Amino acid sequence: MITLIKRPTPSQFWAWATPIIAVIATMIAGGILFSALGKNPIEAIRVIFWEPLLGPNAAYFRGQLLVKAAPLILIAAGLAVGFRAGIWNIGAEGQYIIGAISGAWLALSIYPAESTWLFPAMVVLGALGGFLWGMIPALLKNWFNTSEILVSLMLVYVAQNLLAYVAFGPLKNPEGYGFPGSRNLQQYPSAHNPELFAGTGAHWGVMAAIVAVIATYILMHRHIAGFRIRVAGEAPRAARFAGVVPPRLVVFCLGLSGALAGMAGLFEVSGPSGQITDSFNAGYGFTAIIVAFLGRLHPIGILLAGLLMALTYIGGDMAQLMLGLPAAAIQVFQGMLLFFLLGFDVLTNYRVRLGRAAA
Amino acid sequence: MKRRSFLTTTAAAAVLAAASLPAFAEEALKVGFIYVGPVGDMGWSYQHDQGRQAIVDAYGDKVQTTFMESVPEGPDAERALTQLALQGNKLIFATSFGYMDAVMNVAAKFPDVKFEHATGYKRADNVSTYDARFYQGRAVQGTIGGRMTKSNKIGYIGSFPIPEVIQGINAAYIHAKKVNPDVEMKVVWAYTWFDPAKEADAAAALIAEGVDVVMQHTDSTAPQAKAQEAGNVITFGQASDMSSFAPMPRVSSTIDNWAPYYVQRVGAVMDGSWASEGAWGGIDTGMVGIGEISDAVPAEVKEEALALVESMRTNTYHPFTGPLNKQDGSAWLADGEVANDGDLAGMNFFVEGITAELPN
Amino acid sequence: MIIGGIDAVALTATLMTASTPVLLAATGELVAEKSGVLNLGVEGMMIMGAVGGFAVATATGSPVLGFAAGAIAGAALAMLFALLTQVFLSNQVATGLALTLFGLGFSALVGKGYEGVRPPATPKLNFGPLSDIPVLGQIFFRHDWMVYLSLGLVVATWFVLRKTRAGLILRAVGENHDAAHALGYRVVAVRCAALAFGGALAGLGGAYLSLVRVPQWTEGMTAGAGWIALAIVVFASWRAERVLIGAYLFGGITALQLQLQAAEYSIPVHLLSMAPYVITIVVLVLLSAIHRHGVQAAPASLGKSFHASS
Repeated sequence: MITLIKRPTPSQFWAWATPIIAVIATMIAGGILFSALGKNPIEAIRVIFWEPLLGPNAAYFRGQLLVKAAPLILIAAGLAVGFRAGIWNIGAEGQYIIGAISGAWLALSIYPAESTWLFPAMVVLGALGGFLWGMIPALLKNWFNTSEILVSLMLVYVAQNLLAYVAFGPLKNPEGYGFPGSRNLQQYPSAHNPELFAGTGAHWGVMAAIVAVIATYILMHRHIAGFRIRVAGEAPRAARFAGVVPPRLVVFCLGLSGALAGMAGLFEVSGPSGQITDSFNAGYGFTAIIVAFLGRLHPIGILLAGLLMALTYIGGDMAQLMLGLPAAAIQVFQGMLLFFLLGFDVLTNYRVRLGRAAA
Repeated sequence: MKRRSFLTTTAAAAVLAAASLPAFAEEALKVGFIYVGPVGDMGWSYQHDQGRQAIVDAYGDKVQTTFMESVPEGPDAERALTQLALQGNKLIFATSFGYMDAVMNVAAKFPDVKFEHATGYKRADNVSTYDARFYQGRAVQGTIGGRMTKSNKIGYIGSFPIPEVIQGINAAYIHAKKVNPDVEMKVVWAYTWFDPAKEADAAAALIAEGVDVVMQHTDSTAPQAKAQEAGNVITFGQASDMSSFAPMPRVSSTIDNWAPYYVQRVGAVMDGSWASEGAWGGIDTGMVGIGEISDAVPAEVKEEALALVESMRTNTYHPFTGPLNKQDGSAWLADGEVANDGDLAGMNFFVEGITAELPN
Repeated sequence: MIIGGIDAVALTATLMTASTPVLLAATGELVAEKSGVLNLGVEGMMIMGAVGGFAVATATGSPVLGFAAGAIAGAALAMLFALLTQVFLSNQVATGLALTLFGLGFSALVGKGYEGVRPPATPKLNFGPLSDIPVLGQIFFRHDWMVYLSLGLVVATWFVLRKTRAGLILRAVGENHDAAHALGYRVVAVRCAALAFGGALAGLGGAYLSLVRVPQWTEGMTAGAGWIALAIVVFASWRAERVLIGAYLFGGITALQLQLQAAEYSIPVHLLSMAPYVITIVVLVLLSAIHRHGVQAAPASLGKSFHASS
């Protein structure tokens, strides 16, 4: 019988060691999977983890890593603040969509007017859209005590239908031969979120993600507000004595994570994606939840987790291409990585003892 | 090869290589594909992968093909295309409409790589587009459906209101009407290419409305199963043959057959004759295949349908031949006039007689 | 019975088959959530059931064995979730999302080679003259046995949760795991059992998709049904009897929307499709407002990890 004994404080050693162990365990389990599929396991692991970083075309892929990781990190940084406070926004996908629609709507409605103010205004509107979409679960929680987990999740579906509606209706490209989808913002200079440094892939969203990591780090670990937020999550009752006003905390956490998700959506739709289509949201909002937990809800951890997640996407594509692994095998591999990372985390907070606990 | 033996044999190899140049010829042509769905979808992506395999069968070790499946449209597609180009693929097939802008972006960065984009409308010096005249298959379906319907109601499960689908609905209706003036067409938009549950519901809704012919522009077999359950309802396979539902309810099918085009384009790259163009093939080039017409179809109807197929194969007949009016009664094609490809490619109206409203 | 050009009887009959997969999955998830575990991996468990059921049914030629295998496959994935969340105390939301990712990928690998194959047919039950009764016969007596089993499972779930000691324990664990633990109930064991049941029902729902509703195997064929099941549980405010209403509402809006199109009504499809979710939020608000100072609709320990020493 295995017994878990809670550590008085999380182990610093295991907090660093478990991700490494988890990645190694994934490599072993993944290797078994790949060899069962008739591929050379060592080669497959090498392609996934090495090729995008240091392979012959790594210069391109390192940039793509940032492009893929940026929205995940930006969203997860906001979510983690709420998760620390015990406020569970799992509707970032919806906020991401609404942010993208809000910002793109502005650009598409004044097209083709050029203005240097357009892009900043779109960013503001994107953040505002995500913020307001996040306010729905926040206010309903404050007024009626409804679960923000469920309301925010339901709002994802509402947002997805709204996205389909605008892609086929109001925002459809009038010159698109009747095909669904908006104009491409990449071809609209004032609205385009361009690559800032040629060849790096880095666009404004990458900058925003870095800023978000630094800002949430300062907020959560260098500021009294962060202390209060963490207390609110760990000991709600004590938090009240420390001056935390729960409704305000709810509004702050859902508003912040909503605004960041909305911005991520806007950066994506005006940059790498370019277009509002009914499926432009590639599930970033949900993947970001996983990234937040993989990063242990810590800004630096999230930065690394976002990059790791992006690496498995890009490396997975490489493995498909170079080794002919099916896309599904990559999904399984990612699933296993997440299971191991989430499962081994227990060692950070608990000690494992064989036999029954003494007390 | 170990380094030392490499050094000792390299001189001999160089001589050999120079002498036998025609035998090794150039290295294999690398051809890449990206699919929007999994290769096992038994529909759209599956048919494209059949085309890829036809290339391998035709050229053997003179080609080396790779593919990436389930590539979402948008930035992931752009990265996937770049990956294929960086891997040395000289010809890349992008097999979904939504890849269009990604193809244009990547093609601009790799001028010496040839791109082929399915169903799109943007071209460049190194970007061709290709599409199939699926509406020809719909004309055949309309003829069979119009003849076989007893309720005089034909149902059509549309995916999205885009020109390709609208062409299909119009062609089916025109040809059903031609053989059966009393026929009516019911259209349901599923707003998906693939969602078995929804497609089944759409078929059920049509059948409840009294249709006994169901045509689908979505990829799953769920409507076939619904029709089978209902009994006297006939259907047509879509994208792939769906022959597991033959002879009833599936009485025939429209098959996306990309193989002849893919083989030809690979050959064009090999002999240097590849040029950017917009191919729109039909039954004539084999791009549109008509699946076997089953025994559930009366012999004279089958004969009539095959005659129609033959007339389109030889290009002596165009399914959109006037006189035809638009739904609102305005004139479209004069007597004997044939629709031009430009009009068809942007088709955004129903023809006269269809009562359903086209969502805008 | 024709209302506004819509055959209400046919629509209702369609609804009963159409909503069976989500009804099963939602009932299973309801039990899991009642025990205090939020498993967002329903989609993953459903598709494992779809492929497992399909593989066994085609191999043995028996749909019954297929459904059993679907249930086992769903439950097996649920046990993986249970291991991670109950033993290793991982976060339920993140683990559930990972479970969906894993299930979608793994099912696709397992299912290679089954594409294009047709499964053995699941026949409709023969009720003889009963099925010819106007209206009622058409609605109630023309289905396959899984439809009746799923309805039976809803009733059984309602009964067990409401009327039995086992149900009481389950609810106690979901409401306050520390108190339940103090009373001597084995929180983890109860939750694992609830999760297994939830997984089995999700697997059954998936198998119904691949064996009856489509019937064929293709990658990703659940196409979001698992997520709808999650919404239905919320809509039903964790009451088994309301799951039935929820499943019919969610399935019904799609069926009705398509039926209205077929009857040539011009309707805003996407706006109508979001209606069930908006209604669910309204229901949540109403329930929470009513229960403001009383019992909450959602199990109080929902989504929280339990550790005996904490």
